[in-house]
Amino acid sequence: MKPTIPRFWQTAVLVLVVVGLLLLSLSGFMGSLFKAAQSPLVAAQRWISTRYLAVYEFITAPRDMASIRQENAELKNQVALLQTQIIELQQQLSEASVLYALLDFARSQPENTYVAATVIGRDPNPFLKYILIDQGSDAGLRNGMPVVTAQGLVGRVDAVTAQAARVQLITDPASVVNVRLQSIEQEAQLAGSLTGELSLDMVPQDANVTPGTLIVTSGLGGTYPSNILVGQVLSVRKLENDLFQTALVQSAVDFNNIQAVLVITNFRPVEIAPLIPTPAP
Amino acid sequence: MAILAGIPILGIILMLQLGIISQLPLLQGTADLILLVLVAWALQDQVTSAWEWGILGGVMVSLVTATPFYVVIFSYLLVILIARMARRRIWQMPLLVMLILTFLGTLVFHLVSIVVFQIMGSNLPLRESLTLVTLPSALLNLLLAFPVYTIVADLAKWLYPTELEV
Repeated sequence: MKPTIPRFWQTAVLVLVVVGLLLLSLSGFMGSLFKAAQSPLVAAQRWISTRYLAVYEFITAPRDMASIRQENAELKNQVALLQTQIIELQQQLSEASVLYALLDFARSQPENTYVAATVIGRDPNPFLKYILIDQGSDAGLRNGMPVVTAQGLVGRVDAVTAQAARVQLITDPASVVNVRLQSIEQEAQLAGSLTGELSLDMVPQDANVTPGTLIVTSGLGGTYPSNILVGQVLSVRKLENDLFQTALVQSAVDFNNIQAVLVITNFRPVEIAPLIPTPAP
Repeated sequence: MAILAGIPILGIILMLQLGIISQLPLLQGTADLILLVLVAWALQDQVTSAWEWGILGGVMVSLVTATPFYVVIFSYLLVILIARMARRRIWQMPLLVMLILTFLGTLVFHLVSIVVFQIMGSNLPLRESLTLVTLPSALLNLLLAFPVYTIVADLAKWLYPTELEV
């Protein structure tokens, strides 16, 4: 049977339709049509993909979860290990900074011989201001040796064993240090107290003591070497009827946070008790 | 056995006292673990070594403190004496007795210390000493009294196991 439309015309119409569709598409007139056609396809594709992934995860999850959990535990262990190392390094850095400061101080005063010691405890009696250090007679420590830090005077060795020593702080209520007010060259006495405050006594009324005046050891009495920084005057109390004026002193050392100290081992206190005259019977 | 066990136990407690407790003041006061342990130990019914522990504790503390040894030993033994007497009379309420004796023990130890230090020439005003040192110390001791009593009671059961009648 002979076709009603010749083949040439069929092909020509087909080509024209294709070219027309292409031209329409390129000119943007087919966008809405494509969108309308795409949306159900994309929705269907999404549904299939989602279901596929769900099934895939369901099948593979147990193996992956186990490996993830194992990896998680390993990472947690590593984090804990690193945190421990960080804490250790921070502690070492803190100790090193204290020791560097002490070393600088020791180098700046080459005339003295020092033994460095770590503070290992405090006196259990709260009325007393004493610390325990981890160096004793084996390291050359003796009774009465002065104890300092890079900031200033701490106290003196009160008792010694082979491996440890007890140090009386200058803030102890029984402690008295002979000092000199540096700017006015005035001798005085520095006394500790129950609260740990330092007070300056035996300052003559005519002495011009002002807040901020630096206080150093005078060396009188032979208990401490001279010219060790003790602190500075915080406030002055001057009453007309008193024989002496007194002052509150800000210590150069933070006694609540002493970690390490230096003991001056080439200084021996002078025993002056036999030189003090006793009343005749 | 219990007396010998007191040496390492009191030694460890003393190290804790020197290294930690004494560095944690409230105002100027600090807790006294040795005193608490001795009081709690003396309050245990089955314990027969309270006096020996008192002497051991006193000697150990005397080795490290600048307090005269007789002050420490006398105070501890006095507190143990009060504790043993109280245990016989008020045995029904050991925790209450522990609290009362903790306060009394702190007071005794501090008053003896103040008197002796003042005789020795220290600058210790009584009022400031009581308000800044003794009362805060007593408060800290009271806070630690319950846990210390519980631990010491367990220790006493371990060192003095009760005999079972068959």
